Amino acid sequence: MRTTPKHRGRTVAVLAVTALIAAACAGGDDAGGAATCEPGQVDGDLLLYNWTDYVDPELVPAFEAEYGIEVVEDFYTSNEELLARVSAGGAGYDVVVPSDYAVRIMVEEGSLLELQQDAIPNLANLRDDFTDPAYDPGNAHSVPFLWGTTGLGVNVGLLGDVEPSWALVFDPEVAGTLPGRVSLLDDPREVLGAALHYLGLDPNTTDESELQQAADLVAQAREWTAAYDSGTYQDNLVSGEVVVAHGYSGNFLEAFDGLEGFAYLVPEEGATVWTDAMAILADAPHPCTAHTFIDFVLRAERGAALTEYIYYPSPNAAAEALIDTEILEDPAVYPSAATQARLRFLQDTGDFETRYTDLFLQATS
Amino acid sequence: MRATAPGGAPAALRSDLPRDGESPERAAARLAARRGALIALPPIATMTLLFVIPLAIVAVYSFATRGRTGRTVLGDWNIAAYARLGEPLVLEVVGRSLGYAVLTTAICLVIGYPFAYWLTTRPMRVRAVMIVLVMLPFWSNLLVRTYAWRVLLASDGPIPAAFAALGLGELRLLFTPFAVVLGLVYGYLPFMVLPLYAALERLDLRLVEAARDLGASGWEAFRHVTWPLSRPGVVAGSVLVMVPTFGAYVTPELLGGSRTTLVGSFVVRQFLSARDWPFGSALSMAILLLMLVATVVYFRLQEDRA
Amino acid sequence: MSVLTTVRNARRTVRREPEGVQPRGRVARLLSLHGGATFLFLYLPIVVLVVLSFNDSRIVGVWGGATLRWYRELAGEPAIFTALRNSIVVALVSTVVATALGTAAALSLERFRWRGRRAFDGLLFLPVIIPDVTMAVMLLLLFVQLFDVAGALFGLRAGFGLGTITLSHIAFNVAFVAVVVRARLARLDPRLEEAAADLYAGPWRAFRHVTLPLIAPGVAGGALLALTLSLDDVVITSFVSGPGSTTLPVYVFGLIRRGVTPLINAVSVLMLAGSMLLVVISLTLQGRRGGGALRAAVPGRT
Repeated sequence: MRTTPKHRGRTVAVLAVTALIAAACAGGDDAGGAATCEPGQVDGDLLLYNWTDYVDPELVPAFEAEYGIEVVEDFYTSNEELLARVSAGGAGYDVVVPSDYAVRIMVEEGSLLELQQDAIPNLANLRDDFTDPAYDPGNAHSVPFLWGTTGLGVNVGLLGDVEPSWALVFDPEVAGTLPGRVSLLDDPREVLGAALHYLGLDPNTTDESELQQAADLVAQAREWTAAYDSGTYQDNLVSGEVVVAHGYSGNFLEAFDGLEGFAYLVPEEGATVWTDAMAILADAPHPCTAHTFIDFVLRAERGAALTEYIYYPSPNAAAEALIDTEILEDPAVYPSAATQARLRFLQDTGDFETRYTDLFLQATS
Repeated sequence: MRATAPGGAPAALRSDLPRDGESPERAAARLAARRGALIALPPIATMTLLFVIPLAIVAVYSFATRGRTGRTVLGDWNIAAYARLGEPLVLEVVGRSLGYAVLTTAICLVIGYPFAYWLTTRPMRVRAVMIVLVMLPFWSNLLVRTYAWRVLLASDGPIPAAFAALGLGELRLLFTPFAVVLGLVYGYLPFMVLPLYAALERLDLRLVEAARDLGASGWEAFRHVTWPLSRPGVVAGSVLVMVPTFGAYVTPELLGGSRTTLVGSFVVRQFLSARDWPFGSALSMAILLLMLVATVVYFRLQEDRA
Repeated sequence: MSVLTTVRNARRTVRREPEGVQPRGRVARLLSLHGGATFLFLYLPIVVLVVLSFNDSRIVGVWGGATLRWYRELAGEPAIFTALRNSIVVALVSTVVATALGTAAALSLERFRWRGRRAFDGLLFLPVIIPDVTMAVMLLLLFVQLFDVAGALFGLRAGFGLGTITLSHIAFNVAFVAVVVRARLARLDPRLEEAAADLYAGPWRAFRHVTLPLIAPGVAGGALLALTLSLDDVVITSFVSGPGSTTLPVYVFGLIRRGVTPLINAVSVLMLAGSMLLVVISLTLQGRRGGGALRAAVPGRT
């Protein structure tokens, strides 16, 4: 048959595209599905999508060695990045580690596989207060990985002992007179949440006027805020670029390791607590390996190694017996009961989320 | 790729001999038209699949609704996202981005023009090496170069340290608008220098000499001969600098500490923080239109003046 | 063949460059001073990176003695090498394809009159001015749709990976290559090609022996621009990558956000050394073939 040149061009293009896509999927060697998984069963390599620098260096090699498979790791730096990739579908990963509210969103959107809890016997290791979280009742779709708080890292060498309060970043009398500057997270919910805590309001408010008050506070604080930064705030604090930084507990503690004159404080007005949880994507290519990996992380010794490496508290009761008591008794890592009573989870506010982003952008730029 | 050559299908083309009664000119034009379209086919097919269709998808999304969880609901079509484009916040961000883009372009021109001119006055061999030297940093990663400025500008970095050592007190540079403009100028200066250099090098210097011989001062010769003749380079360079700086994302984030929200970061936030894809899509369409109109007007104005 | 020789000689005449006249006196000194300062500006950050990459201290402002420690630590991060390999594969494939397509686009627009030409011209302009993030989202949505179609029609299980990244880079590079090649074509005298055609060279031979050598610097410049853009891209790549397909810039962006400074310095220096090596190699290769070496290496020259 004689093809016209016109068609020939098109055919070439289509073939080239098809070949490239075929090449793209050559890695995925088998079909996912709802097959029942046995404890310890693996059905291929593990494709892990996790926060940057969020596992101890031994965890992945140990898992690879024990099960004779490979782990492909990719990283994200925010829940939003994860949600953007996953909600469109076809992300291609097995295990992801979203935070509480992101778990809830992903469950609602149907992005997560319902866990086969029989395949994860080590679920029994979880602390009682982590077995039925509000964001995912009964851990039906997710298993807590680590938890932590969002508070303030302070250069106490320079400032001396200060009150643990959001006044350090919001009060003109305090923050405005600091010999240096402040950094806030580059995150609408966390920053406005901090302002809401400081005002004694609900950090998950959906009241326009309450949110506006918080935004005004953040806008006022812009004057002494050097940066809105979610990645390098701990380095900026340690290097002296800023003297107070808003951020996550473990990141500060890791950066402070071996240094004098720095402290992590949970403000007394209240602060955010969060849980990052392991979950399996609905279209995961290797669901059984994924279950086995989650079970592996839940082992007591793995949980202990994780916490000792990155200074975030473990939701794993069995692991606590193995964790260095110095860490276990450090209130900066494991908040006291009194502090815990003041901690709040951030929840998805649905349609109101866009207001948080809008007001944050208005206040910060 | 054979398909890219004008003779990609010689057999088919040779059969295109003049038809009966057709003038040779018409036949040649018809042949050229067919050949041109034929050569354009592979790129058109590629661009259709990888650009036109995706653009259409985004256009469709811009009329959709943000679902409660942030997933876009296709259906329930509306123009709410476009209605939001008039909000003060949006106008402020767009205005600021335009300001930064114009400022960056102006600075690049002020630095780049004499620099490019100086390059053309170097001896041929030296000139060749120098052009490579201008290009060399440009070939390393933009991110890495921006990061290097972060190191340089940090409070404990070399520049503020030198400043303090000279007894000039504490200097804060990182996370300031100055740092953003500096980073943008640094990142896009080669885009300005190279077209300028190309235009200036091609300049027929006998014209300048003639002007001087006729008694024009150096400044007059520049004003009336060199500058007008190099204007195509100025136009090309300005567009090459202005367009990417308008949508810049990495530099304001790394050097500005996100204190200066420009359009690039604003759009990113709509897609990520707010998970409002319809609004992000509408913004994207608006920006595309704005840039299109701006560059077309700019080119027209320059053509009219030339 | 004598025809082609004549054309080649004509080309040589066209290529001759005017020698610069030297401004004299104070202006010249000021220009030189400014030139030197501009070079300093361009190289200052690079010098700093190189120095810091050998600094045996985690803190930037403190000189802790010279060390190769960061380079050794780098060698212990296999992820970097995977990312580097991914970057190179994507850059090479997308550059080759985009250069071929972009050159075809430039030729058809600059040398032929055909229906739809103006529309195509306008279309090619859009990828140059579109913000990265829009392009990223566009392509993300496209691929998701394509996967659905591939699954429904052919039962193919396609996913994000090097293939989708490569296609995305082709998507933005075609337009850039076309712009550069067109600039070169616009400056060429079409009569050279017409002469070859009149002498019955045939369209393919005329292209191969006359047009292509004439626009070669433009094509090379376009290819280098495409290569650079591909090796620089963070935003688009991070949206369309899949398991195990992280590229070097995306990886480095992650490192920067994490703030692991000395490692980034070492990576940067290696990347810079790599690109220098590339330049030297390409210059040497072209130098051996004689003439026009630099012209090809400099996109803006076209």
